[in-house]
Amino acid sequence: MRRTRLIQSVVLHLVMTLLALAFLLPIFWMVLSATKANNAILAVPPTFAFGDALAANWADLTKDLPFLRIVANSVGIAVTYTIVATLVCAMGGYALAKFRFRGQAAIFGVVLVALTIPFEVRIIPQYILIARDLGLSNTWWAVILPGLANALGIFFMRQNMLSVPSELLEAARIDGATEWRIFQSVVLPIMQPALAAVGIVLFLFQWNDFLWPLLVLTSRDAYTIPVGLGTLVGLTRVSWGGIMVGTAIATVPFLVMFLFLQRYFVAGITAGAVKD
Amino acid sequence: MTISPTKPRRRRIAWAPYLFLAPFLTAFAVFWTWPIAYSLYLSFVNTRSRPWRFDPGFNWGRLVQDTTFWDAFGNTALILAVQVPVMLALAVALAMAFDSDLLRLKGFYRFAFFAPLVLGAVPYSAVFRLIFNADFGILNYGLSTLGLPSVRWLFESTPALVTIMIALTWRWTGYNAIILLSGLQSIPHALYEAARIDGATAWQQFWGITLPLLRPVLLFTFVLSTIGTLQLFTEPWLITNTGPGGATETLVTYLYKQGFRNFNFGYASAIAYTVALFAAAFSLLQIRLVGGGSNR
Repeated sequence: MRRTRLIQSVVLHLVMTLLALAFLLPIFWMVLSATKANNAILAVPPTFAFGDALAANWADLTKDLPFLRIVANSVGIAVTYTIVATLVCAMGGYALAKFRFRGQAAIFGVVLVALTIPFEVRIIPQYILIARDLGLSNTWWAVILPGLANALGIFFMRQNMLSVPSELLEAARIDGATEWRIFQSVVLPIMQPALAAVGIVLFLFQWNDFLWPLLVLTSRDAYTIPVGLGTLVGLTRVSWGGIMVGTAIATVPFLVMFLFLQRYFVAGITAGAVKD
Repeated sequence: MTISPTKPRRRRIAWAPYLFLAPFLTAFAVFWTWPIAYSLYLSFVNTRSRPWRFDPGFNWGRLVQDTTFWDAFGNTALILAVQVPVMLALAVALAMAFDSDLLRLKGFYRFAFFAPLVLGAVPYSAVFRLIFNADFGILNYGLSTLGLPSVRWLFESTPALVTIMIALTWRWTGYNAIILLSGLQSIPHALYEAARIDGATAWQQFWGITLPLLRPVLLFTFVLSTIGTLQLFTEPWLITNTGPGGATETLVTYLYKQGFRNFNFGYASAIAYTVALFAAAFSLLQIRLVGGGSNR
């Protein structure tokens, strides 16, 4: 019995390690390539040592794109979006979970249906509205506004808000607190883990989004990181070192964050799968 | 702030939920309800004429006969039929490994399999394009050291599709494994104990207990992956440029070309609604299959 368990354990770890190394390879290769000179990236056979061309690759990247400006756009859009959308979803989820009112079931039903509707159905009218009618192209709002009503966000907040004790809310009401005050000072503080989970998911969604920003951000100074890198990847004469520095900047901070905030990532990912 | 005792409290509370919902509902009306309705209308409009003209059969009639559209549909369906089952099988295996008390070094494995989740489609597409390069990519180098022939990954139809499938599997297996793991952990251990006492082998336990009880979660991941694959855009757009010769054209890359290269909004709306109809069909399938046996 013990022998079979030992053999099972060895086989399991062998298979898992081989698979894990295969899964880590693209990330390793990205970081490695970011430091290698372009001729070293194109070399056959490939070299597996870190290079010393990080600064030169950065120079390549900033020659092709105003990359500092682009990073600032990405940070500004993702942070603004995360704060506003998380608040909008928390407020809506709170109403759906802790109040009884006319139209409640219908609104929740609409949210559930919206969860299954692909974004593509909205893309043409949204483009007409944002880019043509409102003339918001190349502004942060063009990217932020269409995503504010996030169906998964309000659904997840509603599910979590159900656990807020109603007695707590009643007690605050008896003390004469306004409804907004109760939400701000009682509900939000105890909802911090759920807010963090939703916030992380919304942030990553916005940080990585490509198709919509590609449509409404057309000037180089307005690009986000994915849009900027996307334009470089398509070029025939291309500095791979520069692109890899850009991808490393777009991803490494979050890989590090992932190590520390795994719990919230996992909570956000399983958000749609939780049962009532 | 205090409330005067003469004012009934119920009145104040009655308005509160609507005010809390107001920002969400406003954004929803502008960026969901209206676009969904307008898109449906546009699919019946000839946006090729000046001015636009209502002509219900114009776009839908073209769609039925458009071989490029059906090729894109076929590519999407092929990726769906091959990649989703392979990925979910791998994800189930991973979830079971993580659930096993035999596994050590969980932190390391967790990082390896779950780290792809934070990578955006553009960064990882760029890396995959580099890795799968026919001339200097590390993958062909690896194949040649194993004595295998090089493959012109991005320049031949089938290898290009396989490249997209491998990329998708790399990015989404860990995601599905996390969801499946939460499903595995909700299966009562007593069931396995009872099965062991009755002399059931591990294999029998897997088919008799794990898989049936995991079915709702598995179906959920299947529908999520299916809807995700129907919306596939960035990977074929950046890794293979929808080529070679349209071999990796998908429904959404075709939608993009029709909508934002040709600015044929009517036809693009018809394509978008086709994607939505397929997604709706798969969602209904899930509700039918899960709704029957469970007490949700």
